[in-house]
Amino acid sequence: MAQKVQSMAGVRAQPRIHAYDRVYVWELPVRNYHWINVLCLMFLIPTGYIIGNPQAVFSANEPYQQYWFGIVRFTHFASGMVFFFNFLFRIYWGFVGNRFAKWNNYILMKKAQWRKLIEVFSVDILQLKLTRPMGRGHNPLAALSYFVFFLISMFQAATGLALYASMSSWWFPKLFTWIVPLMGGDMAVRQWHHMAMWGSIIFIVFHVYIVFYHDYVEGRGTTSGMISGWEFERKEDE
Amino acid sequence: MNGRSPTIWQAMQARGYTRRDFLQFCTVAATLSGIQLSGLGKVVHAFETKSRPPVVWLHFQECTCCSESFIRSSHPIVADILLDYLSLDYTETLQAAAGHQAEKSYHDTITKYPGQYILLVEGSVPMKDDGAYCMIGGRSAEQILREAAKDAAAVIAWGSCASNGCIQSANPNPTNATPIHKIISKPVINVPGCPPIADVMTGVVAHLLVFGRAPELDSQGRPKEFYSRRVHDTCYRRPFYDAGLFVESWDDDAARQGYCLYKMGCRGPTTYNACSVTKWNGGLSYPIQSGHGCIGCSEAGFWDNGPFYQHLPAFPGFGIESTADTIGALAGAAALGGVAAHLVLTNVRKRQLINIDKKAGGVAAPEEKEGGDQ
Repeated sequence: MAQKVQSMAGVRAQPRIHAYDRVYVWELPVRNYHWINVLCLMFLIPTGYIIGNPQAVFSANEPYQQYWFGIVRFTHFASGMVFFFNFLFRIYWGFVGNRFAKWNNYILMKKAQWRKLIEVFSVDILQLKLTRPMGRGHNPLAALSYFVFFLISMFQAATGLALYASMSSWWFPKLFTWIVPLMGGDMAVRQWHHMAMWGSIIFIVFHVYIVFYHDYVEGRGTTSGMISGWEFERKEDE
Repeated sequence: MNGRSPTIWQAMQARGYTRRDFLQFCTVAATLSGIQLSGLGKVVHAFETKSRPPVVWLHFQECTCCSESFIRSSHPIVADILLDYLSLDYTETLQAAAGHQAEKSYHDTITKYPGQYILLVEGSVPMKDDGAYCMIGGRSAEQILREAAKDAAAVIAWGSCASNGCIQSANPNPTNATPIHKIISKPVINVPGCPPIADVMTGVVAHLLVFGRAPELDSQGRPKEFYSRRVHDTCYRRPFYDAGLFVESWDDDAARQGYCLYKMGCRGPTTYNACSVTKWNGGLSYPIQSGHGCIGCSEAGFWDNGPFYQHLPAFPGFGIESTADTIGALAGAAALGGVAAHLVLTNVRKRQLINIDKKAGGVAAPEEKEGGDQ
């Protein structure tokens, strides 16, 4: 098939119409996880940045009439909690979900996955080759980037809860306080938490772009797939 | 120090203190160690019956600010009792003895009262080059510490040097200055601070005397009664923080209004200490009340978390002005640039691949539409 498209890309290739199959890939819990995550990050990143670098506010009001910084912090903590439990749910779903949601998509343990990863890298990133055979679900390079993002999520949840523990009387955040001496104090935990925020921002830049890229180049409904759960497969690809 | 040493009550009587003074002392000691009124009887009983524990106070790599702080305890009666009657058998700063006499006093204490004496350590221990950077009486700090800690009833690390290394262990730590809990295997009561608050120091000692055991410690070995809350949580400027009113520069109106010093790099939110409750110099003030942010002196590695007047510490390897935000923004911009470059590459390299289907759509679309446009 690769040869076929390769020649299509040549000067004399003939335009033609493709027939598509509609394939169910992303189950509802996976989609829910994705969009709850998006929502959480939309709150977490701006509020987190503001907590680290609050705007100068000049107000004639008395301090007791204001609580904006408290609200920003509350939003951060509340969405952080949702983010964390949503993440836990996704780990659970990585064991019971369909084959596209399974954990072994994300932790690359087979040689074939690494071979495929190199192929994806040369076709989609470096574009040394123009096409590659299409598979369903995540390609290994994407999966690896999600695995890195899972690690960042875990790190953010753990360091965030460790920092939060001193403001809470709940037993749960206190389970994470061992991280503080390990990293060398609250100041260091705050610094790492901050750096990992930038890590997730960079992930979002790459992720959103590459989804648009796939949709644009391959025309398989990559973007809408995360809304409907269905993706499209060219009949001739099968 | 031969035979049974007098109890604290006996010692006080000998000094001419009245029963009322004694009870006052007991009350203050009880308050400092967090005991409620109903427990006062226990404290009185303890001080009437317990003999004064001998104390060895060692000084290693330090500046003696902990001792200076301790002798300025805001309850003179407590400092007086603890210092004069604690039977401070050996302390380089305050002892009358010198030279061989002092060494003898030290050896007498640790050999005569094994398992009874309290060991107070001020200063960190250099571990590099066999400890050549801190020698007392011809022996290294490490040797002395190990020997003294062996039979000690309790070991207290006074100040940040002994608890976490403080300035000697700041990067690059040329002498490999090491906090004492990393050297001896016994549990150590860490009382960090540069210096620790005098009343906290007396409180810890009072707790040891009253209960005969260490106060409850957190995971970093600090007494929970003094180090379980952040300076920030009990700070009187906290309402300004929640209201989002911050000092932007040292001479602005917000500084005059006494707004929160968070943006000026105040380490209150990351520092566990009792400063904003106990305060300093008899409850007179503490750094934030005096208009200066907390520098986090009781936190491990606080010298390396600088600059003190910056909210985020400097990012290692990128100069003192650059924070995680500077680096993050640069990396983010680089990512955007990479993505933009890739977009251009895609449109050049894969144009025909994309256009080929575009043409097909253009040819086929009218026919398709006629049948299926509902």
